[in-house]
Amino acid sequence: MSDSSVAHQFESIEQQRQAATLGMWIFLVTEIMFFGGAFLGYAVYRGMHVEAFSRASRHLDVAWGSINTGVLLVSSFTMALAVHGVRRRWFLGATAALGIVFLGVKFTEYAHKFSEGLVPGARFRGAADEELFFSFYFAMTGLHAAHMVVGIGVLGVLMRRARDAAVDVAGLYWHFVDLVWIFLFPLFYLVGRHA
Amino acid sequence: MNYLNISYTIRSWLLSLDHKRISILYLISNTVFFFLGGAFAVLIRLELMTPAGDLVLSETYNKLFTMHGVVMVFFFLIPSIPTILGNFLVPMMVGARDLAFPKLNLMSWYVFMFGGALTVSSIVAGGVDTGWTFYTPYSSTYSNTHVILMAVGIFITGFSSILTGLNFIVTVHTMRAPGLTWMRLPLFIWSIYATSLIMVLGTPVIAITLLLVALERGFGIGIFDPKLGGDPVLFQHLFWFYSHPAVYIMILPGMGVVSELVACFSRKRIFGYGFVALASVAIAVLGFLVWGHHMFVSGQSVYAGMIFSMLSFLVAIPSAVKVFNWTATLYRGSISFATPMLYAFGFIGLFTIGGLTGLVLATMAIDIHVHDTYFVVAHFHYIAVGGMVMAYMGGLHFWWPKMTGRLYPEGWAKLAALTIFVGFNLTFFPQFILGYLGMPRRYHMYPEEFQILNVMSSAGASILGVGYLIPFLYFLWSLRRAPPSGPNPWDARGLEWSTPSPPPVENFEARPKVDEEAYAYPQIKEGESVGQ
Repeated sequence: MSDSSVAHQFESIEQQRQAATLGMWIFLVTEIMFFGGAFLGYAVYRGMHVEAFSRASRHLDVAWGSINTGVLLVSSFTMALAVHGVRRRWFLGATAALGIVFLGVKFTEYAHKFSEGLVPGARFRGAADEELFFSFYFAMTGLHAAHMVVGIGVLGVLMRRARDAAVDVAGLYWHFVDLVWIFLFPLFYLVGRHA
Repeated sequence: MNYLNISYTIRSWLLSLDHKRISILYLISNTVFFFLGGAFAVLIRLELMTPAGDLVLSETYNKLFTMHGVVMVFFFLIPSIPTILGNFLVPMMVGARDLAFPKLNLMSWYVFMFGGALTVSSIVAGGVDTGWTFYTPYSSTYSNTHVILMAVGIFITGFSSILTGLNFIVTVHTMRAPGLTWMRLPLFIWSIYATSLIMVLGTPVIAITLLLVALERGFGIGIFDPKLGGDPVLFQHLFWFYSHPAVYIMILPGMGVVSELVACFSRKRIFGYGFVALASVAIAVLGFLVWGHHMFVSGQSVYAGMIFSMLSFLVAIPSAVKVFNWTATLYRGSISFATPMLYAFGFIGLFTIGGLTGLVLATMAIDIHVHDTYFVVAHFHYIAVGGMVMAYMGGLHFWWPKMTGRLYPEGWAKLAALTIFVGFNLTFFPQFILGYLGMPRRYHMYPEEFQILNVMSSAGASILGVGYLIPFLYFLWSLRRAPPSGPNPWDARGLEWSTPSPPPVENFEARPKVDEEAYAYPQIKEGESVGQ
């Protein structure tokens, strides 16, 4: 793998790597705080409107949600392979492709919701107490999707010039975005679906 | 060759990756924002000269205090010391050539400017009238002003804060010079580190909060809307979860500066170094646990209020530890009254008053009466202006020679410091009384009997304004006309003083090695007299 020279502010490649890794971990902590605020809002309102959230969740398609979950889990696997240096460009590409599949499914779901009149706002046609659920659904999955877009972009850049440390650090980011989805999926798709 | 004269092109400034040049970029932009926020303050104090609302309409007045708050908090106080003094000094104080991520550093400035541009355009477009606190449902549903534009502007600026904090944390962890252990770091670094922890953990929460408000306004996605089952008080919790720690972002760096000044101008190691260092971290941690003291009258549970009240008392302790330790440092020190030290003294006294009145506000039974009155306004201005801005001025004077290679004129500087001190107290002390007597904040009209105190306050503000103008003028003057300062005009300790003034681009010829504690001033022995 190509390894670039040490940036002028660092004393060694090792220091540079340590700094990059620590930097990404701290950034991920900020992302936890960012999504955390939204998750907190979700938790508060679900606690206040248990039945309405459960009912609203039924409108989401568990099949598509599950497919997307699987897609992202596989993409984390391909990302891990890329980080380990296994046919790097190939697996970075596979990860990006899976990410695009995820976004495609999401887009389809959004389109369905739009045609069913479940997008919050003036044109909302669902039950009145389900609008809050959908507000959070669109806000949080939308934010998640935005993070996916950035991630896919980064993967695209890395496919051209992949430095060890950069791929490592991108891997951390990708796994984090995957993890956010792992939380979003049950909280939105599986509410009240236990027997 | 130094970092200033290595190149004179605009491009070399606007695309510089040098932390020292970036700190100057921030110095210029933050100064502009300071005067913008100050302009709003002038209009507010002018209106308040008379009991009637006769200078501006109520709606306009609402915009004035909103924009004064937004500009001063987000575009002056929060960035000030970290982005100017922090950017310049952190690499130098740890013995590094630059911060960990120089490109991220430059990007932070551009992000800051972009957010600032959006916010200024919301002001130019007609402003926002929600108060800098953006309470819902007024901000999310009912206000007819440019809330989205301003919210997005602040959202974007928040990233500047996050990235700066991230840069500082990684730098301090991974780039300290050989021999520079944590407990040998200057206390300024400890303060910046603690501040960075808050920036990194707290700012994302206001980011998501403002984003949700913008989504609510823009797309009708109702999160805080009671009609949809939403809860406006949830906004307050989310908002204050950041904005309380934010006030510690707005004081910790000032405390760090004061430690440096007190040590240098007492020629003495800070008393209880370890405790002061730990107190910075304690303030950062405890600061996240007290947000509910802004919400005592919001309808939140009384029991929650009691816990927040108690935790607020607790968070005062580390601040008090610092004040006691600075004072103990002075004892048997060799004290000189250079301008930076005058500002440090001002800080210690005024911050103490501000902090003590914070305890008053943290007492629920009293807060019921003074919440949303001028008592609160006076409290936070004592800390923000009497504290932080004084520390900022002290730090600016102390490190000006290092940053520019020039001395400032000491006579004028002392005069300005005195003017600021007098003007400040005349402006804000009457406000404690006004608040206690019941004058509400954010009102542009008030009962006749409050006029005398209001006029005193406005008169003080005009003096304060003059006090800030004087340094602005002589600092500019000094760039061309002042004598060169030499590497260490204060004979201070610290790695930054071992370099030429201004420093070369790479800061140090050879990587420094550290083998002594911070503030290794020669000990003054019993009976020895120390000359000036």
